[in-house]
Amino acid sequence: MGENMTTLETQTSAAGNTLFVRNGQAAAMASVPVLSFGMFAHSLQTALRDGARLSALFALAGRPETKDEAPCRLVAVLALDAAGLVQILAADVENAYPSLTPRIPQAHLFEREIHERCGIVPEGHPWLKPVRFSRLAGPDVGHADFYRIDGDEVHEVAVGPIHAGIIECGHFRFQCLGELVMHLEISLGYHHRGLEAHLVGGPDKRSLPLLETLSGDAGIAHAWAWCSVIEALSGREASPRGQLLRSLALELERLANHTGDMGALSGDIGFLPTHAYCGRLRGDWLNMTAMLCGNRFGRSFLRLGGVTFDPDRALSDQLKKRLHATARDVRGALRALWDSPSVMARFTGIGKISAEDAAALGLVGPAARACGLERDARSSHPLDGLPAPPELVSAPWGDVLARARVREREIQTSIAYCHRLLEDFIGTDREDGADDHPQALSAPGQMADPAPVLTPDSIAVSLVEAWRGEVCHVAVTGTNGRLRAVSLVDPSFHNWAGLAMALRNGQISDFPLCNKSFNLSYCGHDQ
Amino acid sequence: MLNIFLERLRQKKRTVPYPKALPQLPPRFRGRPLINARRCDGAQGTNCRDCADACPAGAIAFDDRSPVLDTGLCTFCGACATACKRQALFFTTDWRLASSSRDALLVRPGNTKELFAPKGAGFAAVSLPGPEPLGSLDLKAVTPPPIRPFAGGGAFRRSFRLRQVSAAGCGACEADLNVLSTVVFDLARFGIDFVASPRHADALVITGPAPRNMKQALLICDEATPKPRAVIAVGACAISGGLFHEKSGATDGQEADGASALLPVDLYIPGCPPHPYTNLDGLLRFLGLSVQRPSE
Ligand code: SF4
Ligand code: SF4
Repeated sequence: MGENMTTLETQTSAAGNTLFVRNGQAAAMASVPVLSFGMFAHSLQTALRDGARLSALFALAGRPETKDEAPCRLVAVLALDAAGLVQILAADVENAYPSLTPRIPQAHLFEREIHERCGIVPEGHPWLKPVRFSRLAGPDVGHADFYRIDGDEVHEVAVGPIHAGIIECGHFRFQCLGELVMHLEISLGYHHRGLEAHLVGGPDKRSLPLLETLSGDAGIAHAWAWCSVIEALSGREASPRGQLLRSLALELERLANHTGDMGALSGDIGFLPTHAYCGRLRGDWLNMTAMLCGNRFGRSFLRLGGVTFDPDRALSDQLKKRLHATARDVRGALRALWDSPSVMARFTGIGKISAEDAAALGLVGPAARACGLERDARSSHPLDGLPAPPELVSAPWGDVLARARVREREIQTSIAYCHRLLEDFIGTDREDGADDHPQALSAPGQMADPAPVLTPDSIAVSLVEAWRGEVCHVAVTGTNGRLRAVSLVDPSFHNWAGLAMALRNGQISDFPLCNKSFNLSYCGHDQ
Repeated sequence: MLNIFLERLRQKKRTVPYPKALPQLPPRFRGRPLINARRCDGAQGTNCRDCADACPAGAIAFDDRSPVLDTGLCTFCGACATACKRQALFFTTDWRLASSSRDALLVRPGNTKELFAPKGAGFAAVSLPGPEPLGSLDLKAVTPPPIRPFAGGGAFRRSFRLRQVSAAGCGACEADLNVLSTVVFDLARFGIDFVASPRHADALVITGPAPRNMKQALLICDEATPKPRAVIAVGACAISGGLFHEKSGATDGQEADGASALLPVDLYIPGCPPHPYTNLDGLLRFLGLSVQRPSE
């Protein structure tokens, strides 16, 4: 258990002790510096100014039995992309504290979440509304005090919770002047299933299956992030081959969703050939995941320590073949799209976000990269033992065209990466020519204990670049070695505000197109 | 422009011939579970509870010492088959899981030997445990769980409109319903379509465990659907609450027992998520559209 607990660097600076860990590492809670609130806010502001991102901010309810803990401890997790490090810092607060949001906009939703969960008031928060309507005693879902613009010509458009298609539920409230959207407010919470609450006290046999449903189309990413924190906290290393296979599954998940979304974008503008092809090709990627593990969404493929199935050489060869064929068809489908000037004209300039706004809101994933922000946890926070990550793709324009472009380029880099994984690693046998890889947790029956004992009073952080962006899981153990708190941050949690921003001063008829270019997760946000 | 036409030729026709031809399912696909009574210790009166102990969804109960696996709760994770030391509980690639009877979703120990086909003649294989498959199954010997056709099977046979409501589904059930409208499955060729308004719908297709925050919206949508309407519960969540069902220990004021707890369900389609073929089989049999068997 010892090795994983090493703190990489503990520096002493003017701001007090600083704790840095790497992605997928644990540290003792005692090593997390607890600053005065003023110093905490100052350190956050400085770090963010210097390029860090706020990956998680949550409250740890104090333990009344230990006198040294205040009613509540705020814990912030910063991703320092340039250094490949994660910084953890904390501050004790009573029942209220001065809100960070006016100075740190990307804290806006985290502070609302803390308020909703623990009742602690961030004083001066400009937008202190429920996030998930999760309190039994709180207002009913959707009963929010919506922002309103007055005026004779202004009208309000309410959409949802149930939408027109086969899609998750959420409420959108537009303030419009004719076609012009002056403001879009997004009010979610309909998909709240209380996931975090179910996980506290664990891990147990239900934890990982639950995590796989946190956001069903990003189940691999969440399962991996969860495995990482639990492996770090239990001192168990994932098998190297298991990591390779997880990586393959993660890229297949990215390919399926990017391909599907390119099809959906085409459908929204009435470019039906690519819409039809991509609808099928998305399924082809999902079927490759099913070849690996039996389930199109990779359910129960990842388990603590590795994966449940290890492809033999024959299966690797089949996967390679499928990869080739599907890649060809995807390229053809996308070429038809990019070759059409009318498509380009329709995508250009719609739903624009500036790089400054994207940075201030803390956007992640393709949405951020489409604003020219070079953020990708695969390259900035790589895990040991994986081949060099695919090249980071970005585009500077910030509009639907940029988001489509980034997705399309990522499809290419991801295909190349899968190819490398299969060709150079997964599909190659060990030197002695044996077909099975004993170092991979492979055969069913070797499944790891789903409820391992964890190092007490520790914290672990993991970052996984899902197709929508960074998934961040933070887990904190109590003295009994069980989970005392977890914070699960889906990329959608950061990016919904980006969608609202993209619509500002746009046309309401462009909403479906903008929405598809983000394709955010409702349940990932609502948990 | 020419490129678009050429690409159309390259992409070929891709609609699957189901139900005329059998689907190609991956060998590891976990469809219908079966329990071999002769091998099952629990069924033979010992106190083996390995499968139930491994199950994350609380889907296996013991009825007078023999295990009963509820496919309406099951997520098809395979943990039970992995835990069963005697390979009594195993999964097959039989995708036909849907039923109009909640009771028919229960799998009890039985004589599984007679379900196996002579080598090479089977239609579905054992997917877990692997890698040495126990063999393949004979289609004629395995009857899918029964479905009582909606409205006698006649009235809606040629036009059946569905309104989907995601009552806090995770997105996977929704995705594998969505896929039915792609060129691959081309649901419209059976006269089945998803529509935007409940007013135009003949059936509600519900996914998700329907937790507190979705209950009202779901019930309002149901009210807006003209009667008679069918209710179809897709996925473990909608059938029973799945992983969020109280039996699995998931409460905290967010009790979520699925659509069945709120509305009378006419068709249950198990899975997490159900495979598109499972959905398709369920819908076709629900309309009384004869599903041809390959051997006939
Ligand atoms: S959820 Fe289903 S497959 Fe998984 S252990 Fe339970 S009964 Fe078995
Ligand atoms: S049954 Fe499974 S796939 Fe379907 S909504 Fe529930 S968790 Fe998601």
